[in-house]
Amino acid sequence: MINRKCAKGVKQDPKTPFPSGGRLESGDHYTLLPPCVSPLPKGEEISLYHFVCYVFTASLGLYLLLFSVVTAAAVLPEDRADALYHSYEGGGVEITGPSLLVLKKFGQSVAVTGNFYVDSVSSASIDVVTTASPYSEERTEYSGSIEYLHGNSVMSLSYANSTENDYDANTASFGISMDMFGNMTTLNLGYSHGWDTVGRSDIAEFSEEVRRHNYRLGVSQVITKDMILEMNYEGITDEGFLRNPYRQVRFLDASAPKGYSYDEELYPNTRTSSAVTLRAKHYLPWRAAVSGEYRFFADTWGIDAHTFKVGYTHPLSGGLLLEGNVRHYTQTAADFYGDLFPFYPSQNFLARDKELSTFTSNTLGIKVSYDVVKNGWRAIDKGSINLAYDMIWFDYEDFRDARVTGVTPGTEPLYSFSAGVLQLYLSLWF
Amino acid sequence: MMRLPSLLLISALLTACGWIEPWVKPYERAHLADPIMSFSPDPVSSAYIKHVYESREGARGASGSGGGGCGCN
Repeated sequence: MINRKCAKGVKQDPKTPFPSGGRLESGDHYTLLPPCVSPLPKGEEISLYHFVCYVFTASLGLYLLLFSVVTAAAVLPEDRADALYHSYEGGGVEITGPSLLVLKKFGQSVAVTGNFYVDSVSSASIDVVTTASPYSEERTEYSGSIEYLHGNSVMSLSYANSTENDYDANTASFGISMDMFGNMTTLNLGYSHGWDTVGRSDIAEFSEEVRRHNYRLGVSQVITKDMILEMNYEGITDEGFLRNPYRQVRFLDASAPKGYSYDEELYPNTRTSSAVTLRAKHYLPWRAAVSGEYRFFADTWGIDAHTFKVGYTHPLSGGLLLEGNVRHYTQTAADFYGDLFPFYPSQNFLARDKELSTFTSNTLGIKVSYDVVKNGWRAIDKGSINLAYDMIWFDYEDFRDARVTGVTPGTEPLYSFSAGVLQLYLSLWF
Repeated sequence: MMRLPSLLLISALLTACGWIEPWVKPYERAHLADPIMSFSPDPVSSAYIKHVYESREGARGASGSGGGGCGCN
């Protein structure tokens, strides 16, 4: 049996009332420790995410002892500028916008990066159609980072701010990357702190908070002269108002014309998750590359997820590069998820957010790149124009299409949709 | 729990004796240095795709392309 625990080490059962009613109270404190470092209360069984975190941390310690030979120096990335146009269309939602990035080195040891990103959203999704009205909004994100190279290490500091009419998110991060063992091993450590303010476009005085802590640990290892392996761990703790304030749960109601009604979702106010990714890339004799990736994810809400991805990169003559990838994702539902509850509130926490349901997603992606500046032009060393298209199919196993009426509640067809994701971007190195 | 300290001690001894040395030399890394061998060659594209999946799926993290707050719950 897997016990669910919250970030503060308090056992948080979905059926038990939560002291602060899903809100962040002023007396709440935030832990600065990675999710698995806080001691388990006596008699408590080890949870799956604690287990994953312990195993990863112990393996990393052992690994570093084995390969702790520090030599040679790291390098900063090359100066570059990217201009991307992105478009997502599917499930009644259309999101488009630009992303602009500039990376510039100052001397050999300092690099500064700036990024500007916009999401223009026009939504008539299934959630909006069944419980609200279609809307349009815009999210703007600015981020900046500074990297400092010293010997074999690169340290980075970054800050990002994202704003939309009803959500404001801030993230400050620190990271360090070290090359060691004859440059065959790169160790990455990172920490981010996030603080968000959640609002509602229809209630001006509505204001709630979210605090986030992310802990990242990664190792990149050269295996052979043709193969590289990477392992990443990320533990995240969230505390505060974690649900979407507009989404609602569905429950049986004999007095309603459809036989059911909607009311507010109720979420726990903490969530802790662990994810471990293992990926490898292999160079093929005809100058091509094949890659494979697996990610395991588990959180305190009861979601377990597996992601598998394989990719192939094939350069053609004339500066053309082709890439293809296939991705498969599957997850189990959160403990407090339900498509149709017997009454309201039938339990202390209730969610009908389809991202917390049991579902699978499958992606087929292709990308074509073309070198536009082959031998340099003025200050530009090289450049490429890229077109990528991903088709994603989402198939839900316990989220029903409530747009279908005239049937017994809870017997509507299961929901599914597909989305097309387009990226068109120009990259220049100078 | 006695296994872990013993393992750590053995590994430390192995390292000290120099039994494990870098086995891929700098002059053997032409293939690894090829841009097609990069896991995420384009930061704007990786950040965007990460955002697409994290706003549609329950899982998050360990994507290898840094962290951020997208405000996408």
